[in-house]
Amino acid sequence: MSLRERIHAVAGTETLPLLIFLGLVFLAFSLATPLFLTGANLRSMAFQMPVLGLLTLAMLVPILSGGLNLAIIYQANISGLALAWTLIQFGGPDAGIGAFILGVTLAVLVGALSGAVMGAVVAYVGAHPILVSLAMMIFLRGLGEFLTRGGDISGFPEFVNILGHGSLAGIPVPMIIFILAAIVWHIMLKRTRHGFSVYMVGSNIKASEYSGIHTRKTLVTIYAISGVICAIAGIVMAARFNSVRVGHGEALLLVTVLACFLGGIDPFGGFGRVLPVAIALIILQALSSGLNLIGANQHLSTAVWGLFLIAVMALRWVGLRWRSRQRKGT
Amino acid sequence: MRDLFRTYPVEARLSVVLFLMILGLSLATDTFLTLGNITSLLNNNAVNLIWAVGLLVVLIAGGIDISFAVAASVVQYVAAQIFMGIGGGSWAIGFLVAAALGIGLGLVNALLIHGFRVISIVITIATFNAFFGLLMFFTKGRNIYNLPDWWTDRIFIFERQAPDGSWSELNLSVAVMLACVLATWALIRLTTLGRQLYAFGDNPEGARRSGVNIWQMQIVAFGWCGMMAGIGGLMQVNIAQEVVPNALYGRELDVLAAVVLGGARLGGGRGTVVGCILGVMFVAITQNGLNLLGISPFAFQMIIGAAILVAISSSNLSFQLWNRSRDTEARLKENAT
Repeated sequence: MSLRERIHAVAGTETLPLLIFLGLVFLAFSLATPLFLTGANLRSMAFQMPVLGLLTLAMLVPILSGGLNLAIIYQANISGLALAWTLIQFGGPDAGIGAFILGVTLAVLVGALSGAVMGAVVAYVGAHPILVSLAMMIFLRGLGEFLTRGGDISGFPEFVNILGHGSLAGIPVPMIIFILAAIVWHIMLKRTRHGFSVYMVGSNIKASEYSGIHTRKTLVTIYAISGVICAIAGIVMAARFNSVRVGHGEALLLVTVLACFLGGIDPFGGFGRVLPVAIALIILQALSSGLNLIGANQHLSTAVWGLFLIAVMALRWVGLRWRSRQRKGT
Repeated sequence: MRDLFRTYPVEARLSVVLFLMILGLSLATDTFLTLGNITSLLNNNAVNLIWAVGLLVVLIAGGIDISFAVAASVVQYVAAQIFMGIGGGSWAIGFLVAAALGIGLGLVNALLIHGFRVISIVITIATFNAFFGLLMFFTKGRNIYNLPDWWTDRIFIFERQAPDGSWSELNLSVAVMLACVLATWALIRLTTLGRQLYAFGDNPEGARRSGVNIWQMQIVAFGWCGMMAGIGGLMQVNIAQEVVPNALYGRELDVLAAVVLGGARLGGGRGTVVGCILGVMFVAITQNGLNLLGISPFAFQMIIGAAILVAISSSNLSFQLWNRSRDTEARLKENAT
């Protein structure tokens, strides 16, 4: 077995090309500007990435199951709102750690519940996940706007700030949360019965049902778990922006889908791993930060993200043709 | 009647719900069933419906397009530059330019989807980001107010003054909407191309083997959607009187929800123009009704979302119970897809 095959076996076929991409992006930007490979820039990247990363993990599992969850941003917003509301009830800036724990519990519950409802409709009604999550998205957006009257809620205790801006042993706290979540995701998908069911449901839901997998329970769990990680993203978002507002992070919705596809998740479900998606996220963040450093604005990075995905699709296509031609040749 | 319900369950059900809503609103408020309200409903939803029928064609062909609303913004901006460049223009030139630009952007999608054999949601999300990012980058988010007169002049195709002095009128966008709806209906119902779109959407491989040209299908579907996006964008400027680069951002998902609510299936092969109209009307009338009933505008979206959620749940559930003994087979098949 060659080294390449061994890496493929351990980390998936997508990892190596994406790492090369990542290296190229880093190389290009560090040549373009001396500011790129500095501690300050890397730190700010590590602070910015986790929110997108957590939301991408929330998108990842539904896509693996052959669906999509378009409600993630607003699930995060609503969960953040639940936390903010609890903190305000207990005195805003003076709220204690107990109130925070209660708020986090509430936020996670709200996230899980909104997810479970979607999962139940998908599983028991048989409606398409895109439509169900779209309706949930419109509902949650409306609910949030109704509750906040379109404004934002701020005034949290000091220690919430640590979640968004603090560091532990030099590593940003949001990054630690993201890394932990990614590891949990990896273990859940690769080592647990539920993870196995997710892949099976994504590959062929009919066959998995006949082979004894409780597909409906699996689907409800998938969306509930997606809601839980949305809640965590919402909490980190609240801490980072120091406020909760419905619509925070709206622009990230399609970027999470983009990151999943960039990370080699099969759009039809059933195939994909966490690690390549994490690398894809670093690439997207590097592109965004690098462009920012050389003086382009945020909108150009949005465009570059889109073009980058197209380029990756094109390269995959070329690679596929090349491989099939080689196989024909031998 | 029974046949109608069985062949078009979603459309039939939706029209019953709509009828009940209209009846309820007419009784509950004395403002709903007035000419003024109905015409303003039509005026306000013309652009959405133009986009909806464009998206319908893509959905029937088994694709999905996220990028059309952003494409409409690009068309608006580029068209404005072209009109300035040629020193004015006219409606005829306007339609030509908008449709051509829209088709061009649609073909970008078609080309990428077909060329790299990637499913449409991936490509249109990519082009969504690319179109929007580039548009905002080049325009720096600036609005254009300085538009040719013909473009922003109000044109009414119907005007009438009620005895109490209030005016009710239909503007040009309603006429354009009617033309677009009719043209789409003709395309998917009367032409061979339309039949092929359904076949292709339902089973791409089967359609390919029976001689349908896949490339042609993608061109027709995304070209048509792009053309409608462009025309919708043109009319939107006529209504809003300005070009705002990010004004249409986010509209795509609302239109998508309305179209799918009207019975178009994500996954292809099913969907009708009538259903599309009903879906858009459902959202519009819910919103309008809530407004007339004096409910806080902040609650609109929430109630509409909940209504869609209930609608999709019920449209799949109770019909299964109703027809269980009759066509369990058909139901199983439907569920599998």
